[in-house]
Amino acid sequence: MNWTWFHKWGSPKWFFQKTEALVLWFGFLCLILLVVGTVWGLAFAPEDIKQGNSFRIFYIHVPSAILAQSIFMAMAISAVVGLVWRMKLAHIFVQVAAPIGASITLLALVTGAIWGKPTWGTWWVWDARLTSTLIQFFIYLGIISLYQSIENRDTAYKATAIACLVGIVNLPIIKFSVNWWKTLHQPATFKLTEAPSMAAEMWVPGLIMLVGFYLFFAFAVLVRMRSEVLEREKRTAWVREYLEKKNVL
Amino acid sequence: MRGGAFRYEFLQAYRRRSELVNPVVFFVMVCAMFPLALGSNAQLLAPLASGIVWVAAVLATILSLDQMFRQDFDDGILEQMELSEVPFYQIVAFKILAHWCLTGLPLVILSPLLAMMLYMPSESYLSLIVGLLIGTPILSLIGAIGAALTVKIRRGNIVLALLVMPLYVPILIFGSTAPLMAAEGTVPAAQLLWLGAILVLMATLAPITAALSLRANIYGS
Repeated sequence: MNWTWFHKWGSPKWFFQKTEALVLWFGFLCLILLVVGTVWGLAFAPEDIKQGNSFRIFYIHVPSAILAQSIFMAMAISAVVGLVWRMKLAHIFVQVAAPIGASITLLALVTGAIWGKPTWGTWWVWDARLTSTLIQFFIYLGIISLYQSIENRDTAYKATAIACLVGIVNLPIIKFSVNWWKTLHQPATFKLTEAPSMAAEMWVPGLIMLVGFYLFFAFAVLVRMRSEVLEREKRTAWVREYLEKKNVL
Repeated sequence: MRGGAFRYEFLQAYRRRSELVNPVVFFVMVCAMFPLALGSNAQLLAPLASGIVWVAAVLATILSLDQMFRQDFDDGILEQMELSEVPFYQIVAFKILAHWCLTGLPLVILSPLLAMMLYMPSESYLSLIVGLLIGTPILSLIGAIGAALTVKIRRGNIVLALLVMPLYVPILIFGSTAPLMAAEGTVPAAQLLWLGAILVLMATLAPITAALSLRANIYGS
């Protein structure tokens, strides 16, 4: 198999030029999908029989909860790529994705709390899923603070990547233990009141929102990665050329 | 060299005797804070005792982690160890073992005394001690990765705590629920077996990961 396509992505210049159009596409698409999904979900989707209008937060809560986990996965994979193939871009991805992941996780937690108040009667329950999401949020914060406190950039990249991998190895154990702890302490007090099969007009806007969230993540990561690449490579000729073309210099 | 690294740790610890006692004193003090805050009611404290002892053990371990590699990193001894012919991860493993002997083991030995002060039911003692005996090495092992990652950061203590504490959650859960199960009259085999499994996993992975992290800090200029 020919691996040159893979190695080309290791070059910051190649990455910067190839993603120029991609960023715009991701940005427009996510904007359209998020607007369509939000309007459809909030205004046109039918009401839930049990929860009434309060279930509509589903359209933000569920995509953010799913995305929050995917980001961690992506960071871990990227960390492996960075450590094994010493690809700087992979390290940049990890560092750039971490704050986005943390904020999406926080969004999932906050929307969950807001949803919990009308349906469960409390803002916070020590439910297994809530607790493990909270701990995942803490892991994100730990990784971010580790990156920010190491002065040397290359060391910081490596350390963050290792911390990511340690986190991903521990995450299943944490999830399992929290699940297990839940069943031991309070046997099944709360169940998510989701109907097992949702009506199509209810889940389709949810799916649109989910895809919109993923595209938003791709967009935000690319924007941040591109600015990081520009800053890192500011002394090279191609960056100067690019800036001159843009009439910035 | 392997034994030498181990002996060196003990020699260092002996020369800084007062520092050695600090985590233990901290452990006892934290345990003593809980009755003062919650009230000395035996009915209230008895079911909380195992949780209190475990939280105190976790906090005392976190407090001691920062010193695991820092001094040797700062004066260059760690770099010399890395350059020696012995595989670096083995030296790191011995350092972790020494750390556990000097901070984890004293906590285990003191725990029955504290459990008694917190009115823990007598059926729970064995599972608390066994749980701590299996669990505190895991705390040292996971903590070693955190300590290795933050070795270069001035005042890395708080970053280290933030990084490591979420990873301690499973150990805390399994460790502190085992005595509760024992108090109800069941054998907490599941909890202790899980702790054992995590110990095996971490004993395999942690020294290598910590060595990798230390290398990144040594050669990262």
